[in-house]
Amino acid sequence: MKLHEYQSKFRFAEFGIPIPKGKIASSPQEAFEIAKEINGPVVVKAQVLVGGRGKAGGVKLARTAQEAEQLAASILGMDIKGFAVKKVLIDPAADIQDEIYLGVTTDRAARRTVMMASAAGGVDIEEVAATTPEKIIRTHIDPFLGLLNHQARIIASGIGLPHESWNAFIQIARGLYQCYLSSDATLAEINPLIITGDGSLLAVDGKMVLDDNALFRHTDLTEMRDTSEEAPAETQARQAGLSYVKLDGEIGCMVNGAGLAMATMDMTKLFGGSPANFLDIGGGAQADKVAAALRIILADPNVKAILFNIFGGITRGDEVARGILQALEEVPTDLPMVARLVGTKEEEGRAILAEAHMITANTLAEAAQKAVDAVQNSPSK
Amino acid sequence: MSILVGKDTRLIVQGITGREGRFHTEQMVEYGTQVVGGVTPGKGGEWLDQLPVFDTVSAAAEATGANCSIIYVPARFAADAIYEAGDAGIPLIVCITEGIPILDMIKVRAFLDQRGVRLIGPNCPGLLTPNEAKVGIMPGHISTPGNVGVVSRSGTLTYEVVYALSNRGIGQTTCVGIGGDPINGTNFIDVLRMFEEDPTTEQIVMIGEIGGTDEERAAQFIADSMTKPVVSFIAGRTAPPGKRMGHAGAIVEGGTGTAEEKIKALEAVGVLVADHPEQIPDLLSAV
Repeated sequence: MKLHEYQSKFRFAEFGIPIPKGKIASSPQEAFEIAKEINGPVVVKAQVLVGGRGKAGGVKLARTAQEAEQLAASILGMDIKGFAVKKVLIDPAADIQDEIYLGVTTDRAARRTVMMASAAGGVDIEEVAATTPEKIIRTHIDPFLGLLNHQARIIASGIGLPHESWNAFIQIARGLYQCYLSSDATLAEINPLIITGDGSLLAVDGKMVLDDNALFRHTDLTEMRDTSEEAPAETQARQAGLSYVKLDGEIGCMVNGAGLAMATMDMTKLFGGSPANFLDIGGGAQADKVAAALRIILADPNVKAILFNIFGGITRGDEVARGILQALEEVPTDLPMVARLVGTKEEEGRAILAEAHMITANTLAEAAQKAVDAVQNSPSK
Repeated sequence: MSILVGKDTRLIVQGITGREGRFHTEQMVEYGTQVVGGVTPGKGGEWLDQLPVFDTVSAAAEATGANCSIIYVPARFAADAIYEAGDAGIPLIVCITEGIPILDMIKVRAFLDQRGVRLIGPNCPGLLTPNEAKVGIMPGHISTPGNVGVVSRSGTLTYEVVYALSNRGIGQTTCVGIGGDPINGTNFIDVLRMFEEDPTTEQIVMIGEIGGTDEERAAQFIADSMTKPVVSFIAGRTAPPGKRMGHAGAIVEGGTGTAEEKIKALEAVGVLVADHPEQIPDLLSAV
């Protein structure tokens, strides 16, 4: 789960990280009031859960409250990479001398949390990592010891931070790691962390991604989820306990297991079609869940055929078959459907599906081929 | 011969009285696995079918001489269950549970490494040595004994491959599901090394997916240290970057971890990579 910039920064502030004294606005009028209160130049920043908003014109400097109001009016409602801007953050403009990158994330290969910093902040950090990896200083954090002061000093020294800023930096580094831990984050980054004209440090932009698996112990953070920026089908799927990602193709896929779901998507492509979605019904899915999954697939207007690939283990073929029939009663469809059921209760499942007049297949390759053929032969094509 | 589990495995089940634990215990016993007991805090002294239930893993281990534990405990209690098994001196722990927070797993892994305990998983289908022991949830009937070692990050996709192998008369030494999480107990290299050292294993199938760099590092290991042929399949060629594909691990992160990069790394060291899972038996015949 991603947090907005303002949510991330307000969370950082709880851990002693200095941030600009800004506020969030949902209307030009609110933006005006906030800017007036700040009483100086402000930055109007679109709050969307996608990168590249600056280049898209979603971040603008305003010298007066009137200008802030006008800019907010143009930014609110703006479409940035498919996301509509619903809120803007009004921050006092900062006096930027230097820009640093500071982030905490998981290093999978090292099996540790890693803190990373670079003197080249404010720009695309992936770009820095790709072209000049030596400019990124990394330190791995022992889970039982936490971030030690000397590790923060190594980073400060590595990025050439002036000595007079070290104490402030160590406080920020420790705060960021604490914030990361306390939020069960998978990413917490400040980019840029700026050095101002008077030598103090300020986190002017921030980003956090939380571990969905740990949200059960963070009800306060769960409430911050912005479902308005999620495709409605993805929200429905999440609530039904399904894992769904919408894609651009024509073959709706329903599969048990993430790896097999990806392999099934890949197969449709290999045989000349394209997948409309990733959908994993999970292990042991029962009829209700299967019905919910089918409704989500059928709601996608691009879908021209549906491919069911179920390899029963914990999941039972008869349960899945019953779910499919249940959903078809509620949401009838003329779309061609290809079903491949293998494993636990496959015979029973196939017998149940016989009345739905589906195209059946024995192997994955045969199923994919038949789904692709069904799309190519469909009348709407 | 086999790796990790076999006829000598003496297994205890953590979470044996839960819905999943109870069901899969029956399945494992039916398969012929030597299940010697189970653990559910608060239910010590009870019996489940013929199996004694204990309150703690250490009591179970002491009474039964268990050398392996399998965990079917819900995600929020699973990390503690792993610590408990490690503390009780169980040398091999298999964790089926899906959804353990990453920060918990970082601590778990550091704790186990200090004690020299091997963990398989979490979020995995477990282990299966055909006709000897099934420690996990893989459907037993699809596998058959033979000389091919199978290692996979996925669950049902592993079944798909094992099923395709068995249908073509290609048996397996051991099938190992290492799990799809970003931080797990055992990676591809660990299992490849075991298969390389196992005299019965002649060929290896490695099933990877998008996310992380475990496959790329495995490719380097294959080039440096493996004499036995490895064939592979990587799931997720059509997965868009930045989107999570079910497994916590299956997400393409900022240009790394794509299927193309993994396939390229494997092919560069001579590993045959299948276009789809049902091609794997053909590739094994070709090497």
